[in-house]
Amino acid sequence: MVEQGRLMMINLKVDVAIIGAGPAGLAAAISAYENGAKDVIVIDRNSWLGGILPQCIHDGFGVEEIGISMTGPEYAEMYIKKAEKFKITFLRETMVLQLDKNREIIAVNKQELLKIKAKSIVLAMGCREKTRWNFMIPGDRPSGIYTAGVAQAFINLYNIMVGKNVVILGSGDVGLIMARRLKFEGANVLGVIEILPYASGLPRNVVQCLDDYDIPLYLNHTVTYIKGRDRLESVTIAQVDGKMNLISGTEKEIKCDTLLFSLGLIPENELSRNINIVIDDVTGGPIVNQIFETSISGIFACGNCLQVYDTVDALSLGAKHAGKHAAKHAMGLKSKHNNYIQVVSGKGIRYVVPQRINKSGKVHFSLRVEKPRESATLHVFTGDNELLKKRLPWINPANMMEFDVNIDEETIKSAKKLEVTLDDK
Amino acid sequence: MKNFHIAIVGGGVIGSSIAWELSKYKLDVIVFDKGSDVASCTSKANSGVVHSGINSPTSSLKARFCVEGNKMLQPLADKLGFPIKWIGKFVIAKKESELKELERLKKVGHDNGVPGLEIKDEIEVKAQEPNVPCYKALWVPTAGIISPYEFTMALAENAAENNVNFLLETEVKDIQKKENNFTIQTNKGEFQSKILVNATGLNCREIVSMLQEPDFDVYPCRGEYLVLDKAYNNLVTSMIYPVPPKEQGVLGVHITPTIEGNILLGPSAEFIDDFNDKRTTRKMMETLLSEAKEILPNLPEKAVINAFSGIRCKLATPEEGGWADYRIEESKQTPDLINLLGIESPGLTGAPAIAKEVVKMISKSIELKTKTDFKIKKIKKKRFSEMISKEQSDLIKKDKRWGRIVCRCEHVTEAEVINALSNPLKAQTLSSVKYRCRAGMGRCQGGFCTQHIVRIMKDCFDIDVNNMKLKSVNSNLFYGRTREIDDD
Repeated sequence: MVEQGRLMMINLKVDVAIIGAGPAGLAAAISAYENGAKDVIVIDRNSWLGGILPQCIHDGFGVEEIGISMTGPEYAEMYIKKAEKFKITFLRETMVLQLDKNREIIAVNKQELLKIKAKSIVLAMGCREKTRWNFMIPGDRPSGIYTAGVAQAFINLYNIMVGKNVVILGSGDVGLIMARRLKFEGANVLGVIEILPYASGLPRNVVQCLDDYDIPLYLNHTVTYIKGRDRLESVTIAQVDGKMNLISGTEKEIKCDTLLFSLGLIPENELSRNINIVIDDVTGGPIVNQIFETSISGIFACGNCLQVYDTVDALSLGAKHAGKHAAKHAMGLKSKHNNYIQVVSGKGIRYVVPQRINKSGKVHFSLRVEKPRESATLHVFTGDNELLKKRLPWINPANMMEFDVNIDEETIKSAKKLEVTLDDK
Repeated sequence: MKNFHIAIVGGGVIGSSIAWELSKYKLDVIVFDKGSDVASCTSKANSGVVHSGINSPTSSLKARFCVEGNKMLQPLADKLGFPIKWIGKFVIAKKESELKELERLKKVGHDNGVPGLEIKDEIEVKAQEPNVPCYKALWVPTAGIISPYEFTMALAENAAENNVNFLLETEVKDIQKKENNFTIQTNKGEFQSKILVNATGLNCREIVSMLQEPDFDVYPCRGEYLVLDKAYNNLVTSMIYPVPPKEQGVLGVHITPTIEGNILLGPSAEFIDDFNDKRTTRKMMETLLSEAKEILPNLPEKAVINAFSGIRCKLATPEEGGWADYRIEESKQTPDLINLLGIESPGLTGAPAIAKEVVKMISKSIELKTKTDFKIKKIKKKRFSEMISKEQSDLIKKDKRWGRIVCRCEHVTEAEVINALSNPLKAQTLSSVKYRCRAGMGRCQGGFCTQHIVRIMKDCFDIDVNNMKLKSVNSNLFYGRTREIDDD
């Protein structure tokens, strides 16, 4: 295996290689195995399995999927146990350095460089948090500024306290959960600041994490200045108008030693971009077809690197779908790439996944809307032909929506475009 | 030992260059810096440009040290292993009326002894820089880029390996001259030296005033920068400067590729009162983007991953045009006090030449004897991410920590973090790690690696969580443990 003097690498050949052992990678691996792939390998840069789940010690995981509310570590354990029963190989503390179009992976760990040739690949790299600079917040550069997820890791995985008097910018779910978590640990949580007129996290988290603990939520506000030459000393917040312009005179300085950012998540697709997988500018993830195959044959995407999910339950479901089709691909069932129907996000819709359809049958779609509405009707058209009309009670950008559409052979042959729209009726 | 031949106050690029030159001689040298690392102020926060010498008036010290330093840097880089790239620069004229300014710069450059200057037309520029529209441009082939902190650290660390003492987090509180010695009071005790070198940059007046009435003032001038994601590094291949603005003695907002593969936009120029005020402002961020777009119309909107500012040490007011020459001199009132005043751009380029000059001045007071055991330990500075597979593989065989990536964006390994934390200066902040091995400098800005660096600080260096700092004495990262009682 290792030859002296030559290029030394461990060479592996597998049916399905999965990049990332978070919830998406685990679900995809199990599904690939259950659907007939023999050699399934999962590569992860951390020493543990489950990705971000082990630091998510709050509950609510699994409710939609199996009707039981679990903590993140419990949910991860459920999948890990199953994966261990199967002959799934996990490479931990292993970082993928490079991916090529022929489905060859170069990775590294403490043993050696590895070259892994896979019949199909599932991308499950997850996402990263937006930082201060995605929003260009001016001021000093003191210590005491963390993204909510980093703070969560320090508190829950390392028992390290990040601060005493905390302001949270952004009302994403991780920020809301951290507000409560910090309160439990005795910190003063001075407020959650949100630039939008509504919270960007799930409504249940606003109630359970803020309202129940009297933590103020400042809607239509943002942080305009960060002060502190060593440790953070204060942040200045100000109100914004309907067009998100600062309203002068509304500035207010809040003394604090810690600022957490929960400003949203960015799908991790550096590996995908390096091999020119087509990326959707809105989702930040690869453009996929109905089997979650990317623009490169045999490379599939799922989980938060495909689109940022709001529940792990929906994420796992999508990952299983990708894993199943990756297994099929590895066994020789390859899909055609030449003709496809383009899925278009019409009025009121921010994005729809999948973005391409090239085979008839039932297609499962997920979408996010642009803004909250009291009630609305969802329409799916190909030309003049309405494929679906569905009344919706209330909708919110924080809650991903899912629906199925049956697409017949005739539509596949004739249609170029499938448009999804929303109206207030 | 508390008695030294030479005490240097300030561990920026100037102080570190002088320390390195002096480390070749049989001398006891000490360097004080109030920061938690060297290059913790202006030497860290600048464009990282090796200037050619076209911008300073002929026969000024600025021109002289710039041209001399420019020639010294490549041999120095070869010795000490810090990276340098000779990418050249264009000064662009947007319209015909600016051509005169290019010709003037070319003449000044020629008079200063800068080789290879050439005015190129639009088509020639386009061939090299397709994203930069212009009328004509002055091509400056001897301009280059350098990592200002890696350069400073390389000098300081090698000086430390040759027995120069570096005392970090050490603030000079007072200095007195008694007989033939300086007595220096610091928060780390009292020290004595025969010669005192004032290389404190922005604080140069404060140090002088401890010994005599200063005959100058310092006018801090802040420059803000924006850092672009590496994904956009193909926008330009060389540095792109506008013709310099008339006022303030600065070079204007320019586009600078960095050694690490990012692009910098900036700096702005704003005279301020407080020379510790390194804030970034919304106004300047917007100005930088719009001015950079003048040069680079294809600049994407969402490319910024960081912003910072640095402060120029100017000896002239904006009313005076902001330009004054360096003052590198032994004080007349206080013999053996060597002052380096107003060292702003091109100080980074000039540093090696300035250091030689200072050593020459010192040699008049102290006889310099060359050390026989002066050593340059060629440390392998190549980063894991820059190695070919064979090199990576060999290192992993020797030390498995080379196979553990802890910074996902920059592909920095555990071994590199450990090497960074083992530096001879004993600088062990999160920034010390970042500036030595790039962990935390990528697009996720520490989202992944911070916890791993903290783990390494704890496990390999036994640093208590309460003593972990971002960049300075009071920039603690944490407030203890969540469950102190459970902690063993």
